Amino acid sequence: MAELKFELVSPARLLMSASVGQVTVPGAEGEFTVLANHAPMVSALKPGVLVVTPAGGAPERIFVRGGFAEVNAEGLTVLAEEAVAVADIQPGQLAQAVKNAEEDLADAKTDDARSRAQETLDHLKSLAAVL
Amino acid sequence: MPSLKDLRNRISSVKATRKITKAMQMVAAAKLRRAQESAVAARPYGERMNAVLTSLARNMTGGATSLPLLSGTGRDQTHLLIVATAERGLCGGFNNSIAKLAREHADRLLAQGKTVKMLLVGKKGADALRRLYGKHFIDQVDLRSAKVIGFEHAKMISDKVLKLYADGEFDVATVFFSEFKSVIQQTPKALRLIPADVGAGAVAASGAGAVYEYEPDEEAILADLLPRNISVQIFRALLENAASEQGARMSAMDSATRNAGEMINKLTQKYNRQRQAQITKELIEIISGAEAL
Repeated sequence: MAELKFELVSPARLLMSASVGQVTVPGAEGEFTVLANHAPMVSALKPGVLVVTPAGGAPERIFVRGGFAEVNAEGLTVLAEEAVAVADIQPGQLAQAVKNAEEDLADAKTDDARSRAQETLDHLKSLAAVL
Repeated sequence: MPSLKDLRNRISSVKATRKITKAMQMVAAAKLRRAQESAVAARPYGERMNAVLTSLARNMTGGATSLPLLSGTGRDQTHLLIVATAERGLCGGFNNSIAKLAREHADRLLAQGKTVKMLLVGKKGADALRRLYGKHFIDQVDLRSAKVIGFEHAKMISDKVLKLYADGEFDVATVFFSEFKSVIQQTPKALRLIPADVGAGAVAASGAGAVYEYEPDEEAILADLLPRNISVQIFRALLENAASEQGARMSAMDSATRNAGEMINKLTQKYNRQRQAQITKELIEIISGAEAL
């Protein structure tokens, strides 16, 4: 099987650069799977799980949020504002974080703090929703 | 003429100064490596973003007027200058060169009768510009508490900028920062953020010839991408700035250390000469005393 060149980039650094079998991307209008020689396309991302399957290997699940995916003749590039490997997230920790964020939101006094707390909470909830 | 004791005191105080500048240089060197790494690591994202944005924008030329972030407000009256500098001094001409570039830019705009507004990132730039342009300041961002510049800081600044833009507070935004070329060379630079500067420079980007399929349509993606691009550009500016600051500090502290060393040598020589002169003088006194007998 032809290999697909895949890159996952976050603003801070290049997270992953490898030849893989296939990648499933949570596109804004639905999930899609990219194999080698896919037609060129650009899609926005919705918060969700990116499934990277190396040729003949076990799939790896990565949570991504905000950004877009670009497929061209060279391969697939995913630009995500945030990317966390699902294996690194512990369920208990997440529940605790959601609770903290809810408290922060309730405690927030200024508009600025409130919108920041709301953003954190939305983020955590979207993370919780996909797991 | 300073006494021997005065000289001894001066030598020891210059030695203490040299120790401090030497330590600062080493700290800056360590921080520089980290800052440089993160600046380099952040480059791919910005480049990809630019490539996609360029190809999108080129396909859109026609009916792009619905996106003010790309096409501008159609006016050129009010300019927002985002001046990014360091939080600390003692880094040579780093802060001053950025402030100077911003000042020249502001003066030119003011001479043309435009309105200038300033958003200051970092304390030192604000200090340098306050006396002349204090009345143009609209906001100040303090990154003093941030140990490492993260994307969230850039996001916070870009949110402010986008909000101001949405409220019609300005027409053109330019960010001023220092580009990191090498440890001894940092160039202050102005980069236009709004309207987005896409075009000529990036045409050679990868896959430029390919026909893309867009999901959702081009306009929706562009609308999503443009604000993101602002944060990415600001993030890049902040990282370049962080690396430049450490580089500038390192070379400034290096020359300070060397100057202190030179001064110590000079003072030590003076001290020795004076001591010798005193010994000679005492000997002469003893000898001439003995001869007189």
